[in-house]
Amino acid sequence: MGTGSSSHHHFVLQKAESAFKAAVLIQRWYRRYIARLEMRRRCTWTIFQSIEYSGHQDQVKLHDFFSYLVDHFTPSSQNERNFLSCMFAEERLLKDSEMETYCDYESIEVPDYYTGPHVSFPLLPDHATALVEAFKQKKQLHARYVLNILHEARKYLIQLPNINHISTCYSEEITVCGDLHGQLDDLIFIFYKNGLPSPERSYVFNGDFVDRGKHSIEILMILFAFMLVYPKEFHLNRGNHEDHLVNLRYGFTKEVMHKYKVNGKKILKMLQEVFCWLPLATLIDEKVLIIHGGISDKTDLELLEKLERHKIISTMKYTKKPEKKKAAEESRSISAWFPLKSRSVPSSPLRLSPHKGSRSASIPCTFTPDRKEIFKKVRQSVQLELKEGQQQMDFSEFKDKEPLRFPLESEPNSCDFQGVNQEEWKQVVDILWSDPMPQEGCKANTVRGGGCFFGPNVTEQVLQKYSLQFLIRSHECKQEGYEFCHNRKVLTIFSASNYYEVGSNRGAYVKLGPDLIPHIVQYQANKTTHTLTMRQRISRVEESALKALREKLFAHSSSLLAAFKSYDLDGSNFITLNDWSVAMESVLHLGLPWRVLRPQLVTHTINNMLEYKSWLNDLAKEQVSHENIQSSLLEVLYRNRSNLETIFRIIDSDHSGLISFDEFRQIWKLFSSHMNVDITDESICDMARSIDFNKDGNIDINEFLEAFRLVEQSYLEDKDSELKGSETNESSCSGQGVH
Amino acid sequence: ILLLHWILVFNAVDGNNGESLQAKAGLLELQKKIKEAFEVFDHEANDTVDVREIGTIIRSLGCCPSEGELHDLIAEVEEEEPTGYIRLEKFLPMMVKVLSERRYRPIPEDLLLQAFEVLDSAKEGFLTKEELVKYMTEEGEPFTEEEMEEMLSAALDPETNTIQYRDYLAMMVIDEN
Repeated sequence: MGTGSSSHHHFVLQKAESAFKAAVLIQRWYRRYIARLEMRRRCTWTIFQSIEYSGHQDQVKLHDFFSYLVDHFTPSSQNERNFLSCMFAEERLLKDSEMETYCDYESIEVPDYYTGPHVSFPLLPDHATALVEAFKQKKQLHARYVLNILHEARKYLIQLPNINHISTCYSEEITVCGDLHGQLDDLIFIFYKNGLPSPERSYVFNGDFVDRGKHSIEILMILFAFMLVYPKEFHLNRGNHEDHLVNLRYGFTKEVMHKYKVNGKKILKMLQEVFCWLPLATLIDEKVLIIHGGISDKTDLELLEKLERHKIISTMKYTKKPEKKKAAEESRSISAWFPLKSRSVPSSPLRLSPHKGSRSASIPCTFTPDRKEIFKKVRQSVQLELKEGQQQMDFSEFKDKEPLRFPLESEPNSCDFQGVNQEEWKQVVDILWSDPMPQEGCKANTVRGGGCFFGPNVTEQVLQKYSLQFLIRSHECKQEGYEFCHNRKVLTIFSASNYYEVGSNRGAYVKLGPDLIPHIVQYQANKTTHTLTMRQRISRVEESALKALREKLFAHSSSLLAAFKSYDLDGSNFITLNDWSVAMESVLHLGLPWRVLRPQLVTHTINNMLEYKSWLNDLAKEQVSHENIQSSLLEVLYRNRSNLETIFRIIDSDHSGLISFDEFRQIWKLFSSHMNVDITDESICDMARSIDFNKDGNIDINEFLEAFRLVEQSYLEDKDSELKGSETNESSCSGQGVH
Repeated sequence: ILLLHWILVFNAVDGNNGESLQAKAGLLELQKKIKEAFEVFDHEANDTVDVREIGTIIRSLGCCPSEGELHDLIAEVEEEEPTGYIRLEKFLPMMVKVLSERRYRPIPEDLLLQAFEVLDSAKEGFLTKEELVKYMTEEGEPFTEEEMEEMLSAALDPETNTIQYRDYLAMMVIDEN
């Protein structure tokens, strides 16, 4: 009692108060730190997504280019027609009689020194498991077995309906997995965590097994093996990447040719035969519809069940049934692929006019008469060169063997291949390419160039029409590996973790029991991410995104310089940071939050002003330097690298990895005239000379691309083995009920 | 924008006019900055953001409010009948005010250090894991389990099981820059 105790009391109170205050201070500070990290994480994600989407648009630009060729380059001789036909992939399925001779795997001998797995038919569960084990140990399956499995897979798939109807009463639960994109680690992890397929454990894999990752063929082999061993329990849906045209661009073709130098071409041909027979959808208990992309307001399940799915070899190009000679105009390849829009910016970027309807296959509208003149001249000179170039090319392969489905030709006997009608084709494109959107309605998917964006009302409409409970789809990478939308009626499930970069996102799969309540399991197949703190993880992914972004910035250096100059009114070489932000968006159209990103991209400012010329120079220095190459040429290369690579691979129809210098030059000329870039013949020669490619006048495509660092990071061998450890880890396991 | 630029240059001599125009330009830029940060979280592209992300946006714009202060700010911009979403048109003017008045400034390093020292009752230059967890999850505006785990993952020295707070702070400061 008395002052003693009250002052002690007071002291204790004071101490408690100051401890409280100190705690609040620290918490306040820490929460702000975390918030800034979260903002950086979001921006990093936005960067990756916008770069990915602009990559999709490249594909559509490529088709514009081909259509441009079709429209503006009338071949006047069989030879020229043949040359052009190089650019269009053969789209014809082998007749049964041809199958045996073409895909004669039995004659392929497996040497004694082969240490990989052996496969024999009928396939047993042990064989399938052995494959998984072998691939874990980095073995490669021999071409003979690959072809054998593909052969059997095709035989089996042919008798499946377009829509698989499965039920939860056969096995206790069904596990649905999304995109794998060649990432074997994720598949192995799923089997490890969830268990191997068995009569009690059903699986549905929802497309996009291949491309981008380095083990697409291994994934296919495992999936097909289990499908053959457990036909009632193991189901596959086709994705938009189960398509040879898409594979040319996104890496599967390259992977096959790299791993199977002798038999690669056969394997690729067989793959076409197998992909087109993959079912389009799976229906669980008549209540849950699983499709790879999405739906549209026109989705008609009855139509989808009835159409001849194998006639759609590629969803990228619709070819009508060949008409009589007179209708050469109409038999031109129609692309239901339409003009692009940058995902985020409302106005249309580039030179595409917004009002184009479904027929986009022609040139951008900003075609001025002068340009037409230029193109005419180029065309004439190219035609001339082609005539000269013919002698150097060997067309014997095309002339006799396989009649081509090149659209300009309308030979009635070209083949007995009958196409599907346009409505059917569009139904399939919608299923494989569409994405959900938050707004009501259904509009063309201008980001991907095909399929649509469908709103919650469309989902509701389709669900009601067919008495379904919800949709499961994949097709889009999600940070958490999954995402619900449309009032939990649409579930996106994505199974390729670390898709953009190590640490960028989780993968997930979903399990359904007879109650049809989705239980989600997430994971991240890389051990390294666990030893890192959140900050380190985010930094790493962020650095990768920024690098990709800076490369893109470099590819637009000239336009950026022009834009900056327009803000530098007093010629001081300085612009405000605000002007920088505005200029960046006006040139790049990526819809990125430039003001938020600015501290990461612009590090040196004086009085809040940027000396833009040196900033652009620093950007350039970061890329590989080729002093003898015009920087504007380098820019063009970077801007168009994925299209260039695809074109080269199309030209290289025998997949040898080599194209002739003349082919290279001709393509370059046509391409640069279409892209409206002024490239002189001399600079092309300089470019070629700068790579040491003395292989009898041929260019090694891979060497060329690598020389200019045009190959995406994921293809660089050492980086891959360094980052993707052989062990996987379950980062978190969250089961979630729904409804 | 070009026109504005010219006006600025032109009026450089005329002090009064130039100032107010400059202020306008500054305001415009501030608004753009806020809008950009907001849009990063505007997933449906309809100028609304989930109320749970507002704190992140405000903090990433440079402010350092306490949770209590944050709740007050949110209350200012919420709809009368809370929808779970905050609209840009309400958020923007509030944020402009907050930023121009320079409210909720970040905490200087030395003050942070003092805070740790207050908690370090034994004055040993470090905190034990238990001490830090106790303070952060029981005092002040308590951390969630997740927040605590995350802080520990970076702050805890696994060998000694202590938080060497001077080193920790030094590291975080470098990070920030």
